[in-house]
Amino acid sequence: MAAIDSSPQSHPIVVNLPARRRWRNSARALGLIACIVATAAIALLSLRYGSLELKTSDAWNALFHYDKASYEQTVVRSLRLPRTVIALGVGCALAVAGTIMQAVTRNPLADPSILGVSAGASFGVVTSIFFLGLTAPYQFVWFAFGGAMVASLLVFAIGSAGSGGATPVKLALAGVVISSLLGAWTSALLLLDQNTMDIVRFWSAGSVAGRPLTVFWWVSPFLLGGAGLGIFLGHQLNVMSMGEETARSLGMHTGRTRIIASFLVVVITGAAVAVAGPIGFVGLAVPHIVRSVIGPDYRWVLPYALVVGAAFLTASDILGRVVARPGEIQVGIVTAILGAPFLIFLARQRTVAS
Amino acid sequence: MATLDLSPIPGDQPAPHDKPGHVTLRTGPLAVRLNVRVLGIALIVLLLTAMLAVFAMTRGSYSIPFMDVLRAVFGRGDDDQLFVVRTLRLPRVLCAMLIGGALAVAGAVFQGLVRNPLVSPDIIGIDTGASLVAVFWIVFGFSTALLPLAAFIGAVATAMAVYVLSWKGGISPNRLILVGIGAGAALSALTTLITVRFPIEKVRPAMVWTMGSIYGSTWHDVRVLLGFVAVCLPLAIALMWYLRALQLGDDVARGLGMPVERLRLGLIVVGCALAAVAVAVAGPIGFVALMVPHMARMLAGALSASVLVLTALMGAFFLLAADTIAQHFLPVSLPVGVVTAAVGAPYFLFLLYRSNVRM
Repeated sequence: MAAIDSSPQSHPIVVNLPARRRWRNSARALGLIACIVATAAIALLSLRYGSLELKTSDAWNALFHYDKASYEQTVVRSLRLPRTVIALGVGCALAVAGTIMQAVTRNPLADPSILGVSAGASFGVVTSIFFLGLTAPYQFVWFAFGGAMVASLLVFAIGSAGSGGATPVKLALAGVVISSLLGAWTSALLLLDQNTMDIVRFWSAGSVAGRPLTVFWWVSPFLLGGAGLGIFLGHQLNVMSMGEETARSLGMHTGRTRIIASFLVVVITGAAVAVAGPIGFVGLAVPHIVRSVIGPDYRWVLPYALVVGAAFLTASDILGRVVARPGEIQVGIVTAILGAPFLIFLARQRTVAS
Repeated sequence: MATLDLSPIPGDQPAPHDKPGHVTLRTGPLAVRLNVRVLGIALIVLLLTAMLAVFAMTRGSYSIPFMDVLRAVFGRGDDDQLFVVRTLRLPRVLCAMLIGGALAVAGAVFQGLVRNPLVSPDIIGIDTGASLVAVFWIVFGFSTALLPLAAFIGAVATAMAVYVLSWKGGISPNRLILVGIGAGAALSALTTLITVRFPIEKVRPAMVWTMGSIYGSTWHDVRVLLGFVAVCLPLAIALMWYLRALQLGDDVARGLGMPVERLRLGLIVVGCALAAVAVAVAGPIGFVALMVPHMARMLAGALSASVLVLTALMGAFFLLAADTIAQHFLPVSLPVGVVTAAVGAPYFLFLLYRSNVRM
């Protein structure tokens, strides 16, 4: 245990005057509302800005008074609206999944890819391109989702086999092994076929562009349903984050909670990867960022992460479109380049590891 | 088990603190305590590695009998055999062993240092830094002769940047991990950016490089690797005692009078040098640095000088086995980096199943 307890969580229960607590909670609620408003504004900007110049009124009208004859409004409806919705959905889901994952494993290194999700999805995508000759991202959705699910079920099965059951370290090691195994298969196929490599290099950069909205509705039960369930895990995560022994002595069934939470994470992340490809940094950085601002209480961290994740991914997508006009930079690249300096800054600020 | 004393001084009694199952070697003021079981396993692995090396050199389009390979290694035999064995196959085999050993030791050092089982030298940006520079180098078509040097510089520069960025009155393992993740994510995003913005014909060789291969190794590579390993491995072994003290926590280590930060820097430099030279010669080869230290620990117990030696030998054996399989026993010949995981995973999963993993 000592190995992964490298991130001592500060105690979430603080004895406080009731009045002060009430004040703090209303401040947090107000902050959350402000974040939601900001996210809505970012979503509107995402409709407004892109490689085609248009007026704010076009974006507004496309939403509320849609005129099919207008070229600009058609662009907004058919291209920018889907990618904005997908960015919002994927961003919030990834951030919630990352928060749960870090709380459950108590390891700052933990992001859902450790459970084999990304490797499984890549496996499904590469295999389907190689053998079935698929070419467009929306065609691989179910292969990606299926690959992610199968890979992480394998990880759970192997990680909980043997003596001692499923400890977080065993799960993580099993995840690494399964990921590398699938990675071996994936690389071998990429080496054998240049066409597959050509398609996969774009998919694996992670992007929300070029997917029809129907694809999003296919996976939204998993994506949004999972995230919606996840934000109610705050209380359990608070208890878990006090450590295995404390949580047990408080009457929590830690093994079961960990499995349920991890399964939720897998479903959410699998759906996100299926729509948008592997977008790495949101699930990792957003929880750290949110915790460092509003403290360790997961009942608040989770909803904040949901909103901030959506805003972060949408804003990154806008940036990727604007800086490289008329081309664009995939959002997965933007999130990493944006998020990395911020994570380093936070790591230097104080003991963020908590 | 009775304590066995191999002291050269006659009549010297075993010290009361000698642990059972250990042998103590003493010469004057120097004493080394060796774990018999670990030594035994290490000897077996060494033997297996030597046999596998000779076997690997018998295979290929021009097959040579086992004994002839042995003779050719020592400079006897006909010219064809001498050429094939000593110019073509021996350097590759030696490269595989040296790279495997270097990666495994680097992984063990970093896992011990950061006290996190999921850490490999890549946490300080070795692989991502080398990959970014190498992919840039290949896509823009610079001289291939200088590619290893460029990759080495990329690896070392990234490691230095991560170290400096993590420094705040000292290095905390958690801060190092977070800064390392950040730097690694940014660099690999830049690598992806290069790979999606250039035509596939230029990108493909770069992506192949990032899979890690030791195809076409030369004696020059062997000399470079040997130089690094000959300097760094003894240093790492000498630092193991301090590493174990560091694992008790910085305060305890300081209480024992150790210059904590200087030791930590020393360990990081040793680990980085080994990992960086490996990635420079072969490209990033996964699995070895991450998993071989776990295998050694599951077999032989907590990290110590003798377990580190075993780790090095197991790394050498493992990468040699992986390369032999990748080269000769698959329908198509693949880069070794692609198959390390497939070769190691079954055994690792068995160990994982059997043991209750602890650091």
